[in-house]
Amino acid sequence: MSPKHILAVLLSVLASAALAGAALAADLAGLVANLTTGGFGEREAAITALAASGEQRAAPILDALAAGQLYVRKSDNLVLIGKPDGNQLSLTEAISGKAAGSGTEAELDRVRVNNRLRGVIEAAVGSLTLMSPNTKVRRDAAEALFKRRDASSLAALDAALAVEKDPRIKRAMSEARAASVLASDAPTAQKLDAIALVRERADRDSLGVLEATANSATDPEVKAAATAGASAVRQTLAAWEAAQNVWYGISLGSVLLLAAIGLAITFGTMGVINMAHGEMVMLGAYTTFVVQEIIRTSAPHLFDASLLIALPLAFVVAGGIGILIERGIIRFLYGRPLDTLLATWGLSLVLQQAVRSIFGSSNREVGAPSWMSGAFQLGQINVTYGRLWIVVFSLIVFATLILVLRKTPLGLYMRAVTQNRPMASAMGIRTPRVDALTFGLGSGIAGLAGVALSQIDNVSPNLGQGYIIDSFMVVVFGGVGNLFGTLIGALTLGVVNKFLEPYAGAVLGKILVLVFIILFIQRRPRGLFALKGRSVE
Amino acid sequence: MITRFLWQGMDRNLRLFVLLVLAVGIALPVLNQLMPPGSPFHVPAWLLQLIGKYLSFALLALAVDLVWGFCGILSLGHGAFFALGGYCMGMYLMRQIGSRGVYGNPILPDFMVFLNYKELPWFWYGFDNFGFAMLMAILVPSVLAFALGWFAFRSRVTGVYLSIITQAMTFALMLAFFRNDMGLGGNNGMTDFKEILGFSVQADSTRAVLCFASAFMLALGLVVSAAIVGSRFGKALTAVRDAESRMRFLGYRVEGYKLFVFVFSAAMAGVAGALYVPQVGIINPSEFSPANSIEAVLWVAVGGRGTLIGPVIGAFIVNFGKTWLTGALPEVWLFALGALFIVVTLLLPKGVVGLWGQLKARSQAKKARAPA
Repeated sequence: MSPKHILAVLLSVLASAALAGAALAADLAGLVANLTTGGFGEREAAITALAASGEQRAAPILDALAAGQLYVRKSDNLVLIGKPDGNQLSLTEAISGKAAGSGTEAELDRVRVNNRLRGVIEAAVGSLTLMSPNTKVRRDAAEALFKRRDASSLAALDAALAVEKDPRIKRAMSEARAASVLASDAPTAQKLDAIALVRERADRDSLGVLEATANSATDPEVKAAATAGASAVRQTLAAWEAAQNVWYGISLGSVLLLAAIGLAITFGTMGVINMAHGEMVMLGAYTTFVVQEIIRTSAPHLFDASLLIALPLAFVVAGGIGILIERGIIRFLYGRPLDTLLATWGLSLVLQQAVRSIFGSSNREVGAPSWMSGAFQLGQINVTYGRLWIVVFSLIVFATLILVLRKTPLGLYMRAVTQNRPMASAMGIRTPRVDALTFGLGSGIAGLAGVALSQIDNVSPNLGQGYIIDSFMVVVFGGVGNLFGTLIGALTLGVVNKFLEPYAGAVLGKILVLVFIILFIQRRPRGLFALKGRSVE
Repeated sequence: MITRFLWQGMDRNLRLFVLLVLAVGIALPVLNQLMPPGSPFHVPAWLLQLIGKYLSFALLALAVDLVWGFCGILSLGHGAFFALGGYCMGMYLMRQIGSRGVYGNPILPDFMVFLNYKELPWFWYGFDNFGFAMLMAILVPSVLAFALGWFAFRSRVTGVYLSIITQAMTFALMLAFFRNDMGLGGNNGMTDFKEILGFSVQADSTRAVLCFASAFMLALGLVVSAAIVGSRFGKALTAVRDAESRMRFLGYRVEGYKLFVFVFSAAMAGVAGALYVPQVGIINPSEFSPANSIEAVLWVAVGGRGTLIGPVIGAFIVNFGKTWLTGALPEVWLFALGALFIVVTLLLPKGVVGLWGQLKARSQAKKARAPA
């Protein structure tokens, strides 16, 4: 079919839809008119009739009626919806939805409702939205009815179930129906079926339904089933919550891993205490900030790629400064670890103040590219894309680092120098150069971590300080000089931290973890995975 | 007899130095009290307060030096012992406020009324008594140091591992003291003190006495440290610093030596903290921050580790620089502090005191060469 044909077909479909709409509108007008006449009894009948019509435009009219905002104009008997607007009411025509100027209460008659009618209206609106052509509206309606668990919505749900095609919405509707059955005085057998159905849903709302049933049911069989169902649901919920905690823990652990992995190289393999490691992370984060600023002003269409552009730059910036530090300070202090600690601490103060002088001490805004924002549900676990990417990224960095250490000449030299410096030197390896490159590699990885952390933490001159103690804890806990130990250590500490948080609170949880590590180091001074044999010395 | 024993334990330089400290501690308060405010010899109260603060810092530096310079334990957590001593003093001062607080509660300090405490937490009992509070200012840091040292030294945690553990300890304590439900003032800490032993904290005469007390405690600390360092015990301590394994093989109980000096040093830091708080009038959890502890280590490094005079001089130099720079050029202060860390470790491993010795040795070498 040519585009012209498609257009013609579309037009004709639209035309017929408009015609059908006109016919319905006439119908609707009659039904709505019925709403405004007669006593409460007739009004109820009119509402039910409106609901039965399945006309979507009736829903706002019914909503207005329930809210007491449906009026009849005295002059021409037109039915209007009036929203308060200062002293006046801004009016719209109920049936066509056209604006109809404004008016005062004196010119209008309010269509009155009582509580009984309000209940009827709610059910009617529920059933109307259950018939909506929009799947999301239908689904929301079913969910709302499930939460309301009102026996009066049974009929509407049955009607909707009969015509529903989408299996997921059908499922939601039958769950809503089950909740309604539990609220009604249906026979025991039906209620037991309903309990089984609600129990399968196994979320917080279904727990509420089952608990309410367990409390209110008079039939012992129903009561027992509901109680059993509630406890089963509670168990499922606890399992999901634990799973969610594990995810949060892995997410925190991946952040720790990123921050600690560079340290695992400089501290773990070189034995150099680099207190300025956190500042390397900070420099990475500020590199990301600068890259994004340049992209914002000169090439906005590249914004989604900003992090990918920042990654190599952050590696080079932090790695380069790392090499400068090694050549300028650390190489004079080999064999004096405590002095190295003090000198690098001083260096961290200088770097912080330098960044503060250049960029100011306030937090800098680093935006998230579109592919890192948003979230999805995995079962009942809420996963944000940002966190997911950070976990993936940390694992990629880890794997790459392992490959570099095992498969490249640099890695070979690094391991040789770590294991036996004089022998490596005798074999012709230029150990000072390897030292500088190793330190640069560790610092560069800290810079990479900074790019990732700019997404979840405040980019400020103090960014690095928050990570330095945690990173040391991870490296020491995992076992110095063992990268897999660092991986396990980071994930363990992350998960333990997140499991302690609900019981002890975030701060106390952190304190407990610190105390735990302090005690742990007493037991195993060389960490979880201690190196054995000659390489220890 | 004991004084005489202590006196003989010191060399001539140290004796002169202790006398100097005492002279400053007596002269400044006396000049403040006796000279009329217009006189050129009058010492203003702010200077008394400043010197008093420096003297308490010097005592902390001496404590750090005792473990680091003489026993090789680089503690990055001495600020925690200092702050704990300070908190004990702060609790005493809080109880002395009595019903003069904003809320006028005779027993509960203001922040507890504010946080809806119904009664005093158990660990606040006894702190209305000065003697008890001072005992606690010594005991609490000592017990913490004993617990940490007991575990750490027995499992032979040494070197940078110990440094990082002590840093984690003070970090954990900082987080803990920032919590409001610790019952110790939360992030605001304790302040608005009124009086100490019945004397107003703000009065010049009280400041004069506090300044003297700080000088006296520093002198006492120097004398006792000299006695420890000069004794057989002290010789063993230095040997542990230089060759721990060899000492162990020779049959010394290395853990015992380390534990004793660590606990003693923590108690000294606690006393320093207790002297510091009434002079500055506030104690809050930021005193626990790891940066403070490591700054105290810098004082020692600048002055000269492994000497008793060095840390006192270092504490005065660095803190004078800090007071001056943070007032005159606040931007530059962190640069200067950071650079000082680097310069001292790279170029002046023996500190200012050692520099003097180096210069003297060089000039002597020159003299020796000249005639030839």
